[in-house]
Amino acid sequence: MRGTLAIYHRELLILRKRFYRQLASMSVSPLLYLIAFGVGMGRDVRVGEHSYLEFLIPGLVAMNSMVQSFAIASEINIARFYWHIFEEFQAAPIRNIAYVTGEVMAGITRAIFATVIILIIAFLSGISLSYNLYFWLAVALNSFVFASLAVGLAMLVKSHSDQALLSNFFITPMAFLGGTFFPVDRMPEWVQKLLHILPLTHASKAIRAAAFGEKPDLLSYFLLAALGTALFILAFHWVNRARE
Amino acid sequence: MIRIENLAKRYKQNEALRGVTLNVGEGELFAYLGPNGSGKTTTIKILTGLAVPSSGDAWLHGFHIEKDSLLAKRQCGLVPQNINLDHELTVHENLDLHGKLFQMPRKERLARISELLEYVDLSNRKDSPVKQLSGGMRRRVMIARALMHSPRILFLDEPTAGLDPAIRRRIWSLVKKIQQAGATIFLTTHYIEEAEFLAERVAFLDEGKLVAIDTPRNLMNGLGGWALDRIVDGGMETSYFPDREEANRHIGLTEGSFSVRRVNLEDVFISLTGKKVLP
Repeated sequence: MRGTLAIYHRELLILRKRFYRQLASMSVSPLLYLIAFGVGMGRDVRVGEHSYLEFLIPGLVAMNSMVQSFAIASEINIARFYWHIFEEFQAAPIRNIAYVTGEVMAGITRAIFATVIILIIAFLSGISLSYNLYFWLAVALNSFVFASLAVGLAMLVKSHSDQALLSNFFITPMAFLGGTFFPVDRMPEWVQKLLHILPLTHASKAIRAAAFGEKPDLLSYFLLAALGTALFILAFHWVNRARE
Repeated sequence: MIRIENLAKRYKQNEALRGVTLNVGEGELFAYLGPNGSGKTTTIKILTGLAVPSSGDAWLHGFHIEKDSLLAKRQCGLVPQNINLDHELTVHENLDLHGKLFQMPRKERLARISELLEYVDLSNRKDSPVKQLSGGMRRRVMIARALMHSPRILFLDEPTAGLDPAIRRRIWSLVKKIQQAGATIFLTTHYIEEAEFLAERVAFLDEGKLVAIDTPRNLMNGLGGWALDRIVDGGMETSYFPDREEANRHIGLTEGSFSVRRVNLEDVFISLTGKKVLP
């Protein structure tokens, strides 16, 4: 447990040192999406009973929590390949599971921080949604999935450029196709089936339903929890294999 | 204190370490000498848990490095070749993080940080971000960090690589001080004078194999103690003699440029492997 807290504390310290930079980077892209898609293109668009802006906010929460929790992969890579700090963790008497847990907790924290920023932007834009327990549970599960994926992949890649490639192939397509900007149920059935393979589609669905005060689809929560657990176990195995 | 038996490491086609066996006693300052790529860092990486051995065993203070890895890690402090400090954090934060990783209580951590910063003469830089420190200072912070949890064994992997001679000597006196405080020190280096000055015993490593292990004095005496360097046909030729008088007598029989000097560990390494430690 102390090992986990040491790793987590280190990541929080780094986050604190870069607070203003992080705040700016976490705010810029949701703000741009809101202006471009929400205010610009979607001003007169309605999705069911909701304005497009109301529809977009939960999607942005899902997308940004994914991006920010996955971003710890870059931090781990910098620690591994550039600063060599990962060696300090490897030489310490802590179990690999403590390392993975600490990093995943840091990823979830980043995601929650990013979510709070979007909610502040939404509040300032006059959007009022329901931020209940199911909403936060869905955000936490979504970040659990992508933080675990980030730790695992960070152990597999051999360089920074590999890492960028993974982001381009996994994260960017998911950000656009995972129900962030458009309702998946308006797509042809076969596309819907395909998009439901993506964890972000389930996260967007769950976060949006909770934000609209609708009954939660527990299957999405279950799938995210199961996938997160599987990726966490894989991350643990890949950390074991990261030793030379 | 350190027991290594038949340790080997293979990276795909490359055999980095080929069945090394050695023992290092408690409180000993042991130098592991060899050219780049001879397997020095690989040995340290295996002993400190950064790499997995392909075969063989090793124990640190009686704890097997793989079977009792957490206990084995508690016995040792590591100063790796690369500066691996958190550059964005301060000196204090780096040491504190290390203490947390080794599960030290807060009070103990704070006391130890003050003590160690005084020890490495960096008390006035406690709150400086690491990125603002010079290379020598960073190296001293790394030594202080490795000592945070009071390890019995300290692994120093090329601790003075890239440092200027004045700072190198400062690190040497620090290393001596640590040994005098009771720690066992396992030092890798390719600086001959570093091994000669610091080590009680030296092991030569070449292409992953141990080629000699003894005290520096015994190794050098084995060659005769004195060397006569001569320039012959544009190349250097060295002959060895048991004493200076005999070397001087030989000068009378020789033509060309020459010099008489004491044998050093480089001579021993060349005589054993035909190669220089530092090409």
